[in-house]
Amino acid sequence: MITDNVLIKVDNLTKSFGDLHVLRGINAEIDRGDVMVVIGASGSGKSTFLRCLNLLEEPSGGTITFEGVDITDDSVDINKHRQKMGMVFQQFNLFPHMTVLNNLTLGPVKLLGQSKVEAEKNAMRLLERIGLAEKANAYPNQLSGGQKQRVAIVRALAMNPDVMLFDEPTSALDPEMVGEVLEVMKQLAREGMTMVVVTHEMGFAREVGTNIVFVDEGVIVEQGEPGEFFGNPKNPRLKDFLSKVL
Amino acid sequence: MQEFFSGIGDSLYKLLIVENRWEMLLEGLGITLFIALISTILGTVLGFLVGIVRSTYDLQLKGKKCRKFSDYLLKALDVVARIYVTVIRGTPVMVQIMIMFFVVFATAQDGVFPAILTFGINSGAYVAEIMRSGIMSIDKGQFEASRSIGFDYKRTMIYIILPQAIKNILPALGNEFIVLLKETSVACYVSVQELTFTGNMIASRTFDIFTSLIAVAAIYLVVVLVISYLLKLLERRLHNSDH
Ligand SMILES: Nc1ncnc2c1ncn2[C@@H]1O[C@H](COP(=O)(O)OP(=O)(O)OP(=O)(O)O)[C@@H](O)[C@H]1O
Ligand SMILES: [Mg+2]
Repeated sequence: MITDNVLIKVDNLTKSFGDLHVLRGINAEIDRGDVMVVIGASGSGKSTFLRCLNLLEEPSGGTITFEGVDITDDSVDINKHRQKMGMVFQQFNLFPHMTVLNNLTLGPVKLLGQSKVEAEKNAMRLLERIGLAEKANAYPNQLSGGQKQRVAIVRALAMNPDVMLFDEPTSALDPEMVGEVLEVMKQLAREGMTMVVVTHEMGFAREVGTNIVFVDEGVIVEQGEPGEFFGNPKNPRLKDFLSKVL
Repeated sequence: MQEFFSGIGDSLYKLLIVENRWEMLLEGLGITLFIALISTILGTVLGFLVGIVRSTYDLQLKGKKCRKFSDYLLKALDVVARIYVTVIRGTPVMVQIMIMFFVVFATAQDGVFPAILTFGINSGAYVAEIMRSGIMSIDKGQFEASRSIGFDYKRTMIYIILPQAIKNILPALGNEFIVLLKETSVACYVSVQELTFTGNMIASRTFDIFTSLIAVAAIYLVVVLVISYLLKLLERRLHNSDH
């Protein structure tokens, strides 16, 4: 095993909200180029796990090593590392008071020190890629849900991240818009982007997932490459879960 | 009937024309507007700062343990801010201005400055709560999106949260200005020669309390209506640029 290739290593991650123990010892390794798909029942801790990866939730215990640095260490400047971890939310969370273009350029200009011209050029290239160049000067509330989510994805990409975290990116969308968002994500995966995706889209998991992870009551109870995972599930809870969603 | 109208004419003549009393009323109005305007500015600045302290505490520290020196500082500031808001909002402005005038500035000749300070501090407490609820009403997802890009708390506030929050609270701030404008009339009790005081003074010379009070009320009303109208225009402008 080439340890160099490990992008994120999670060791015995725990997270409690008061008396509620949501994560109870998660261990995981995400290599560069991996597409880890996280599935599990509602309330099992999938979002909490994902949000711990960029410390939007502060872990209660355990460590998260990102690019060789333990980012749970208090002395680490988490803002620097977050720049390298793009995140896409179920509710899009575009900045409503800014145009699409400014949503994309704010981070690169203010944090990466890009010039406005440079950032805008880059942003336009990304918007073209998702077919929304003509919406550059629109405001988020003028976009459909699918368009918003695609913009949210390229807003994260504009920071040139090393990993992209997705928390149910298609769950808030009307069914007819799910496809366009998944298509962007698939393309991203094909280009070799490292991704961690919480989703209920099993088709997506099968097609582009390299490692499927089943979370149950705050622990990973089964994981594997999609063929084996879906073809021959072992854990009874997973079997039960799959029988419901497939 | 004719008698009635000539009676009104006579009253108005005494109220406005004798001794150029309309000039006195105008001056009174000027002082009222001056006090209201300066204390609104003072109150907005003060309320803005206190509101930021309160919401930063709520967002960053509430329910957590203090770890660094800055945490303790924030906690102390929040306690002070909370006491300030509670005390000011829990006591009558009349009592506040009397304390300011007869205790804090016991030797002051002129009441205008103590009045401005009182109304500014008073309004600050209300603006602080408006500000705080404006910030807290912004969707949590906005914070998270900004933080996930890599912005720290301060820049998240400056680029993402405050522009949205301030736009949302502008109507409430406008309303606060109108409330304050009317409230300045209590300054007449500490002999500030603002509009209400001037009306009283004229009444004491004409022995016609009715006419001067009605006149004073009418002037307040007109000013409030004009300001409301201007605020509505401003709101509409903002709404048109709403996204
Ligand atoms: N900030 C919080 N405070 C308290 N409890 C929380 C908080 N966030 C999550 N929880 C609880 O933690 C548990 C796991 O939540 P989480 O959002 O991680 O589940 P999930 O697997 O993503 O579920 P879903 O599929 O519904 O999104 C839930 O019981 C939830 O109520
Ligand atoms: Mg979730």
